[in-house]
Amino acid sequence: MGKTLSEKILTSKSGGEARAGDIVIVQVDLAFVQDGTGPLAVRVFESSGFQQVANPNGTALFLDHAAPSPARELSNDHILLRNFARRTGVRLYEVGDGVCHQLVAESLAGPGEVIVGADSHTVTAGGLAAFATGMGSTDIAMAMALGKTWLRVPETFRIEVSGTFQRSVAAKDLILYLIGLIGADGATYKALEFGGETVDRMAMPDRLTIANMAIEAGAKVGLFPSDETTRQYLGTMGREDKYLQLAADPGAVYERTVGIDASTLEPQVSCPHTVDNTATAAQLKGTRVQQAFIGTCTNGRVEDMAIAAAILKGRKRHPDTRLIIAPASRDALQKAIAAGHIQVLLEAGAILDPAGCAACVGIHQGVLGDGEACISTANRNFHGRMGNPDSYIYLASPATAAASAITGEITDPREFL
Amino acid sequence: MILKGKVYKLGDDISTDHIIPGRWFHLRSNLPELAKHVLEDVAPDFASTVKPGDFLVAGKNFGLGSSREHAPLVIKMAGISAIVVESAARIFFRNAINLGVPVLMCDTSRIMHGEELEIDLAGGVIDSPARPGERITFGRIPEVMLRILDEGGLVPYISKYGDFKL
Ligand code: SF4
Repeated sequence: MGKTLSEKILTSKSGGEARAGDIVIVQVDLAFVQDGTGPLAVRVFESSGFQQVANPNGTALFLDHAAPSPARELSNDHILLRNFARRTGVRLYEVGDGVCHQLVAESLAGPGEVIVGADSHTVTAGGLAAFATGMGSTDIAMAMALGKTWLRVPETFRIEVSGTFQRSVAAKDLILYLIGLIGADGATYKALEFGGETVDRMAMPDRLTIANMAIEAGAKVGLFPSDETTRQYLGTMGREDKYLQLAADPGAVYERTVGIDASTLEPQVSCPHTVDNTATAAQLKGTRVQQAFIGTCTNGRVEDMAIAAAILKGRKRHPDTRLIIAPASRDALQKAIAAGHIQVLLEAGAILDPAGCAACVGIHQGVLGDGEACISTANRNFHGRMGNPDSYIYLASPATAAASAITGEITDPREFL
Repeated sequence: MILKGKVYKLGDDISTDHIIPGRWFHLRSNLPELAKHVLEDVAPDFASTVKPGDFLVAGKNFGLGSSREHAPLVIKMAGISAIVVESAARIFFRNAINLGVPVLMCDTSRIMHGEELEIDLAGGVIDSPARPGERITFGRIPEVMLRILDEGGLVPYISKYGDFKL
């Protein structure tokens, strides 16, 4: 019987047959924490009597959520993590380097690896065919100490995508649409596996955007096969040696198959306060937004800046709408500067936040005021997410966010591009 | 083991941002202070009314969102002895078990705010003494998680066995 991508990776990493429903112990290739979950993980690690991590090269700490720190408590958490890195020799990514998931994709992940991170969007590396999933601080502390973890092999939903996207419609619209279709708990405990002709042609940034949001349907992983696109991406990032060709077997068993025709999709928006509360941008015309935020591990790549710049070139943000740009990594920021995108965005009236999580998690750099609404390229619009329970978050693509920044209301980007 | 306690009832889709809002991010290394804010945007009287041993009961997709283990931790610190929900998000579920807090999944629609319940963890049933005959059965927790729960969480489990055991 053929295997799904999850079954293949977990079979290889557990050294036994791994089938959906089995509980397996797997070797972990990369375990990581960020500055919100790391201090607790370090405390659990140390109070359990561990001194050494099993694999320093496969362990990483990221200072990205509070970057630079807005409060002394968080600065002290950063000191704790830096000291831990110094003591154990694990990798440390500093304030300003970028968001953990983008840095994992750029510099660490490879096909067929098992990656566990104390952050729910660890699933992002599924775009590179890594079995990557989020856990809590205690699980990661033990994975760092032992170099392994336990996993239940998930059943898989196959998402089969055909057709070509319309102008100004892209990966973000596809994943928002899918979550609207199956629900915010539609894939709880399951693997999402993406395939089909559209996926075969899809660029790596788009795969990462889609994998990133698998968790918003409750999924454990969002997996793409690895192919020539993966090999080239790894090559650009200087680690082609990590390439491994991986695809599901033809006879793999899927719990459910969902077909999507990309050519029928319109720009999508998730309305407050759940990601599955989707509508089209056109349907929401007239909804005022006081802030537009383009960034995060979902849509903070140079390709996203390019789309925003193409729409905002020669135009200005609406006088009542702040436009905040936060590249997801130093590399994305430098490439966006080199390509001239940042200049275009600044001329349009944008504010440039440091590379990192920025306004996404509601602690700094773009907290919303009472009654305000934000159109954001992030992945979550929960009640209170951006720091104020009396505010509203609409999720959309960089194109829709940029178009809305111009008009001051939710706008279908096809009006501009 | 039979757990006895009172119900604090919430609705569907309670996210980790509800349980411990991101604006208190800077208190994550100060757990007693952080715990004061548990569920404050949806249930402002939760922290002040819950007694040790009480149950948190909710609807579907409880704990969706971030991996912050601080979410089940502040619920545990409030004194909650078991979380009873229609369904739970995967990471939250695993985190709660790792902290030694059982998460039980069943039909919670008939459970009422403020009522007393008796939960038989091993037997898999929930009884309401005030409403005899209204027995609810909950889904089985996977064996590996039961063993972690039995030891009081993942840290005591690893301390005892030194490794994961299937
Ligand atoms: S950018 Fe947002 S969603 Fe991504 S890791 Fe940072 S806080 Fe989480």
